[in-house]
Amino acid sequence: MAETNGARKSLGAILVDCAIAALITFVIAAPIMGLRTVNSPGGMTLQQHWGKVLTAVAVVFFGRLVLQLFVWNRSAESRGLGQLVLRLAVAALIGFAVGTAVCFLTLGADNMSLAAAMENALLAMPWNVATLLFALAVFSLSYGFFPRNAAAAREGADAANMLEPLGDLFKLALLVVALALPFLPWSDRYILDLAILILTYIMLGWGLNVVVGLAGLLDLGYVAFYAVGAYSYALLATIYFPLWFPDWLMPYAFWIALPLAGLLAALWGIMLGFPVLRLRGDYLAIVTLAFGEIIRVVLTNWADFTGGPNGISGIPRPTFFGIPLDSSDEGLAARIGIPFASIQRIIFLYYIILGLALITNMVTIRLRSLPIGRAWEALREDEIACRSLGINTTNTKLTAFAIGAMFGGFAGSFFATRQGFISPESFVFMESALILAIVVLGGLGSQIGVVISAIVMIGGFEAFRNLDFLRAVFGNEFDPAQYRMIVFGLAMVSIMIWRPRGLVTRREPSIYLKERKAVSGELVAEGRG
Amino acid sequence: MGQQLLTVEHLTMRFGGLTAVSDLSFTAQSGEITAIIGPNGAGKTTLFNCITGFYKPTEGQITLQHEDGTTYLLERMDDFRISQRAHVARTFQNIRLFAGMTVLENLIVAQHNTLMRASGFTIGGILGLPAYRKAERHATEKAVRWLDRVGLVDRADDPAADLPYGAQRRLEIARAMCTDPKLLCLDEPAAGLNPRESDELNRLLQSIRNDIGIGILLIEHDMSVVMEISDHIVVLDYGEKIADGPPLEIRNDPTVIRAYLGVDEEEEEPVVEKLVTEAVTGKVAPAAVVAAAADPVVPEAGPDSHEGRP
Repeated sequence: MAETNGARKSLGAILVDCAIAALITFVIAAPIMGLRTVNSPGGMTLQQHWGKVLTAVAVVFFGRLVLQLFVWNRSAESRGLGQLVLRLAVAALIGFAVGTAVCFLTLGADNMSLAAAMENALLAMPWNVATLLFALAVFSLSYGFFPRNAAAAREGADAANMLEPLGDLFKLALLVVALALPFLPWSDRYILDLAILILTYIMLGWGLNVVVGLAGLLDLGYVAFYAVGAYSYALLATIYFPLWFPDWLMPYAFWIALPLAGLLAALWGIMLGFPVLRLRGDYLAIVTLAFGEIIRVVLTNWADFTGGPNGISGIPRPTFFGIPLDSSDEGLAARIGIPFASIQRIIFLYYIILGLALITNMVTIRLRSLPIGRAWEALREDEIACRSLGINTTNTKLTAFAIGAMFGGFAGSFFATRQGFISPESFVFMESALILAIVVLGGLGSQIGVVISAIVMIGGFEAFRNLDFLRAVFGNEFDPAQYRMIVFGLAMVSIMIWRPRGLVTRREPSIYLKERKAVSGELVAEGRG
Repeated sequence: MGQQLLTVEHLTMRFGGLTAVSDLSFTAQSGEITAIIGPNGAGKTTLFNCITGFYKPTEGQITLQHEDGTTYLLERMDDFRISQRAHVARTFQNIRLFAGMTVLENLIVAQHNTLMRASGFTIGGILGLPAYRKAERHATEKAVRWLDRVGLVDRADDPAADLPYGAQRRLEIARAMCTDPKLLCLDEPAAGLNPRESDELNRLLQSIRNDIGIGILLIEHDMSVVMEISDHIVVLDYGEKIADGPPLEIRNDPTVIRAYLGVDEEEEEPVVEKLVTEAVTGKVAPAAVVAAAADPVVPEAGPDSHEGRP
């Protein structure tokens, strides 16, 4: 079906192909989507939904047409201006048509005659224009972004090499924005909360990147270390520190507990590491998955110690060198003589997580150019060759687990102190999957890739809550937040099709002689555990 | 002639009912190239895996002696310690470079243990102590020396996977040399090389032997390489040593000519014969004989298909 190279199909052949696909869709969709039995006062009646069927048929027809014209059937010589204009026109028409088709579904096409559905659809001109613009955007992107074959991918990599200096500028710009964020005019509590959330995931992503991206050990239970860190801080700060320490030390609880939580998480990382040393690939993934679940189940059931499903509340907030950030006379605001506002605490939390994340990043970057980091990467590339060179692979794997877990533990303590309340529900498998998705999507081993994908995924999730304008189009019952998992899944699938190695695929060498040349992602191993 | 370096005594390696190496004894001297030859499936790679610790031999003893008199019992050591302590380095029949790392990085990884100590087991390195930076500079210098020797300085910053085949073979040897070995085990280093490259390889191996004075253990099928550079040849056939001596002697040894150099259709028959005699004496299960008769290659496929994977 997919003609990646060779002779191009004629327009007629393409239309016939699309028509066949549309016909198949009709045959399948007509009984399933078109007819519905409903209980009504007079017994069971049959409702007709031809609008939906037509929508499905149109989407398949035009979707296949788009694929045929722009993805499967593209050739290098079709880049002339005439071709471009022609294709733009076709794309615009297709966008218009698809928009119209979607309107069958969206504008109350239920139980409505075909003519009425058509009439409704034409009323939705603004929506159509939006679709049209979207189609144009996809079309123009499809030229550069989706490599058709290895040669095109290499071309793209070359282009990326030329953008190298821009990449450094981009990183710098990100850092400046991150540092200045709380003082930007449009930053409010909502933006800061979201930024804190994103930074937490960036930090978790960077921690997991050590294990998965550098050492090539697939860890599906990373959330366990996040939980260990969170519970370590919560339990130490609410139960043990009051027993151990005098009162004057209590304001420093967070800063004392933070390294302890990291160490405890690292310890658990080693405890997980030992039994799984001999496992590779799928087997390793399953055991780490089980480990994550075991931790959660223990936290839920060991109620005497962990509070069980009720969790732990009243976790103390972090202080600024012992000075609390509250409205009391002892608070930081009162001491420096400015009026108290609750956002000051949020800003403080923001800088804590920013600092933790930056430390994580700096340590990881430094580790990469140390023998241990190089051994991790060598382990990912070829474990047997590592052993033949005298590298103790046992210790190498354990340090990867321990350091990854430690960063997870730090993030966990921060999570506990920010929320003030934790329960096992925060540490479900979905979190592990999300962190892993951030790492994989960003490009295994790439630090900046993790940042971009965390912003896209967490920010994207959040953006769905704000798409209220879609209600104007889809009606008041439409809740965009309910569709976020579908869109999220679709986005993941598309990225894995077109950029299977993640967004940032190039590997930066840790040392160079004359010139730092990035290694193409195609050559870098993914690790088999 | 150098000093006694490697002593293999009564080495036997069995995989289930199959004996890949059987009661093998030989020695290798430092400052010499010892070639191990034999037909496919003779147990050469299995022998290498036993020496470098990837397999634990069923019976026998492998001793390595350094010039200072320290001896190492290799069959009792973990594979990575054999490289780390006893300083035995190896290359692989199917090249095992770190493909996604650059040529230079490959050679730096090979100096892992030295650098690890210099970085204060990571802690000093994290703190940015100068000792590590100095050690890394030395490691780079050493890597560049070896790159110069194998003619790859210009490719130092390219990914290892981008090198042509012959260059990858040379890089693997350079990487093994960066571990400062006393014994270098090369598994078919000339496989897939053209005559010019294989000539360059000869000169490289000779210079390693003459300048550094370490012992080289060489598995090779290319007789031009073996006869030209080796000082001592051990011939294996079906896991047993059939000859042992200098090249001239081996070249004229009738057993070797029959079993290895002059092979024709008769090549496959000894397996069946041998297994039958072993079955009679109770060494091998009769089922193995039947399998061997049906397909003489089968019993030998075991050890080689596990090559390099314990």
